[in-house]
Amino acid sequence: MIGDGVQSTNQRRHNYVQENIEVGFFTDPTVCIGCKACEVACKEWNQVPDDGYNWTGNSYDNTGHLGASTWRHVMFLEQDRQKGSQIVGSLGDEEADDPFRWVFLSDVCKHCEEAGCLEACPTGSIVRTEVGSVLVQNDVCNGCGYCVVSCPFGVIDRRPKPLPDHGGAFKCTFCYDRQKSGLVPACAKVCPTESIVFGRLDDLRARGKERVQQLQELGYNDAWLYDPQETSVGGLHAFFLLLGEPEAYGLPPRPQIPTIYLKSAWTAAFATAILSIAATLLGFALFS
Amino acid sequence: MSNEERLEQLREEAWHKGIVAGSGVDVAGGPIPKKPGYYGEPVVRPPVWTWEIPLYFFFGSIAGMSAVIAFGSAIFHHTGLAQSAMWVAAIAGAVVSPLLLVMDLGRPHLFLNMLRVFKPRSPMSMGAWILTAFGACAVPGSVALELHAHQIFPGGLDQMLRIAAGFFILASAIFGTLLATYTGVLIGATAIPAWFLHRTLLPIHFGAAGLGSAAAVLELFGQRIPPLNFLGFCAAGVETALLIWLSIDKHGVADRAIHEHRSGWLIRIGEVLNGPLAIVLRLLGLIPFAAISFLIGALVSRFGWIAVGRVSGSDPEAVFASQL
Repeated sequence: MIGDGVQSTNQRRHNYVQENIEVGFFTDPTVCIGCKACEVACKEWNQVPDDGYNWTGNSYDNTGHLGASTWRHVMFLEQDRQKGSQIVGSLGDEEADDPFRWVFLSDVCKHCEEAGCLEACPTGSIVRTEVGSVLVQNDVCNGCGYCVVSCPFGVIDRRPKPLPDHGGAFKCTFCYDRQKSGLVPACAKVCPTESIVFGRLDDLRARGKERVQQLQELGYNDAWLYDPQETSVGGLHAFFLLLGEPEAYGLPPRPQIPTIYLKSAWTAAFATAILSIAATLLGFALFS
Repeated sequence: MSNEERLEQLREEAWHKGIVAGSGVDVAGGPIPKKPGYYGEPVVRPPVWTWEIPLYFFFGSIAGMSAVIAFGSAIFHHTGLAQSAMWVAAIAGAVVSPLLLVMDLGRPHLFLNMLRVFKPRSPMSMGAWILTAFGACAVPGSVALELHAHQIFPGGLDQMLRIAAGFFILASAIFGTLLATYTGVLIGATAIPAWFLHRTLLPIHFGAAGLGSAAAVLELFGQRIPPLNFLGFCAAGVETALLIWLSIDKHGVADRAIHEHRSGWLIRIGEVLNGPLAIVLRLLGLIPFAAISFLIGALVSRFGWIAVGRVSGSDPEAVFASQL
């Protein structure tokens, strides 16, 4: 796809919404340059308000984490490890090896195959679109906050006062409005290195596998795809290539959709319900 | 001071204060982050709920279980108790609880959207429907019971009122048990480690605390009868057992919010007040004190569980540990 120019799936017009084709994002940190153009493009297109100009002191990351007003977040990891086949050496006169790598990864809503926020939403505000993405309908959301604790990735959040549209839950829309008009999501469109790739999910998954293999051959032994299909989340529509363990990226190693806990919790609730009626009747029967 | 140490210091400062005073440092030498996960950022998101929600858990469960007590007392002809219990159920369940829930919404004017869909897989949706159904039964139930008790209408009409009251009280009792327990499912079926690890305990805890609180409220309103004392004993006994369960069923780092921090203390204080202390006070015959102790305990532990969610949800290590 790189070198395809305007024919790249990241650039050309499409009819995925009309044709009901599942689409996705594949984000590859090995080509990311940490320019944050995706963050800017997302804010601009979606008119997401600023959420404070904070200095975190965490590398070049002053965004912090995904939230109601942050739908793309470029992470800056500083690790004492070798990157691929890079030649490591000490920075000073010491003889010891001093491996160091800087990894950039653009985080986004994962648009889970089984989405915790969607299942939790009591208003039906959160829906699955024709392209398989998870969309919050802003005008329906009443801000109950249940999706916030139901997302296994801590993506969706309620927008606080006094920001515009405060009180509602917000997250990445997968630029559904752009996609309906055949356009590519803003972040992918603007990504200068195609670290963010937009396209058909099946194509992207194949491409991801290929890329991992390529990187392994180049000496990136810890390259792998973060796409937990074996857990109850059932896979991600926006999946990532990672170098090293997911914890370092703040990603859960084995994310679960909270609905798997419903059965045991409701069983306990029903048992308590029956027993409390029984205890009450017993109390009145014994002591009346 | 080496550059790394200075940078660590700056990070600490930024972490705690949000801003950093003083000059920066040369990053040469590559400082490696020491915080767990990604700079200690939360992996899942802590609840955005404020004080309204624990208070709603408290009043909702009192309302629900009051209807159960009303049902029991109606069957065994304690009409006075049934009337009081239905009033508690109607006021706490149809006025206080919905108000608290609406106040907590980010967009209170859209509260009716809660009834836009019926979604069994969402405990929040089920809860909205349970509360609605409960309110729709408890209010006519208490009015019908009141009219019947005062014999306002003659013969045939009074018989119909009696049947209506019976029906609505039974329905309130059924929805009431669910109103008191679903809140445990609500927070148990989430991504917050300290919550979902205790998803079977939570509905039992909330239900028992609701039953004991309902009995305690009615006792404080002057209904000192042995069945309520019995229920008070039962609930405090269950709470004591849950206190022991929580101290045995530990999950280390994954649910440390229950055992450490301020949240841990809230849980402990709440459970002691509505468990062992309430039993001792009842054994000593100090029923009003036992009732007050139980109510405070039930209230404190609800705030405790929400505080646990906040601490646990902000703790990346807890999330990782829960997924090992």
